[in-house]
Amino acid sequence: MAAEVGGDGGAPKKGKKQGKGRKPKKRPRIDMTPMVDLGFLLLTFFVLTTTMSTPNTMPVVVPPKIEKEEDVEVPKISETKVITLLVGAKRVYYYTGIEKPELRTTDFSPKTGIRKVLLERRSEVESRHGKDEMIVIIKMLDEARYKDFVDILDEMAIIQQKKYALVDITPEEKDLVEEYKKSINPS
Amino acid sequence: MAKFKSKKQNIAIDMTPMVDLAFLLITFFMLTVKFRAPEAVEVQLPSSIADTPLPAQDILMISVSKDGRVFFGVDSKHVRLSILEKIKERYGYEFTEKEVRTFSVLAEVGVPFEQLKSYLSYGELERKAIDKRASIPIDSTNNQLKDWLLFARYSNPRLRIAIRADEEAPYLVIARVIETLKDQKVHRFNLITTLEAQPKS
Repeated sequence: MAAEVGGDGGAPKKGKKQGKGRKPKKRPRIDMTPMVDLGFLLLTFFVLTTTMSTPNTMPVVVPPKIEKEEDVEVPKISETKVITLLVGAKRVYYYTGIEKPELRTTDFSPKTGIRKVLLERRSEVESRHGKDEMIVIIKMLDEARYKDFVDILDEMAIIQQKKYALVDITPEEKDLVEEYKKSINPS
Repeated sequence: MAKFKSKKQNIAIDMTPMVDLAFLLITFFMLTVKFRAPEAVEVQLPSSIADTPLPAQDILMISVSKDGRVFFGVDSKHVRLSILEKIKERYGYEFTEKEVRTFSVLAEVGVPFEQLKSYLSYGELERKAIDKRASIPIDSTNNQLKDWLLFARYSNPRLRIAIRADEEAPYLVIARVIETLKDQKVHRFNLITTLEAQPKS
């Protein structure tokens, strides 16, 4: 794999030798293989670093803060349109309606998890109120991790749910989840 | 033996054009590549189906580490300098020229204002050690992230806010950060994630 480098390059030094010596026609020969190796190594490195450094982003819009309670008119929504999700660590507790909520639980698994629940609720709401009427209320439990937050927003994007709101959790709902956990696992 | 050698010489390939091309490409990539400044905190990003690339400029990055420590960074040197100017004005700290220079190349900072001066006077290794335990305070009584945001947005109102948090970071910290953003009337921001394949519906 040796390659030749320009005919009479380095002539002055060799010239002397040539004059004295016996091999007048032999040209200096440089093995370029290591250089090529290095070249391609660097090339690979730069190609990989340029394409890998583009992170993606998920846009989030949060509702403005309520400064004075009386200034804000609480929007009246039919409770048959609503599903409330209480998001914990790798677990989602959910209930429908507002009065006397009956808590159930699921997880983030792709087929059987929260997506299925949401889609079922959506078809239920659709048959009653029409298309795109379902409202999802997301409340994060204290135990939740950032991943759970991203996952639940991701679910909204996957099922193309436009109407959802990120709301602070109430103490009642925290108690509800605690009670529910105890009822499942009494120990 | 001699005959064999001469034969070998005949099939030698001239690699010069290939080398030329390789080095041309290297030069191209070296010049176009934009290295990210080393980040103060390592973050394991969560994955999502979001595929909007992060804009290249005007980014204000709030990083949250796995153990819930908060870091702040802006991508432009110009904005960093004017933030430091604001800190000087507001808190009355004096910075030496060297400290200013150090600050102007830092991708992320995660120390309280009180420690900023000593942090900047340290060498790189000491700074790395501090980055492993320090955080910008975000309690309701001492919310310095608010000041960082204020100074940064004052310097460049077009800054887009991105949250780069570890997937294991506690949500309570994220909630505090979002709360702080809301206080500043920022209701639109980005969560940085890695790409995950979109499930077939």
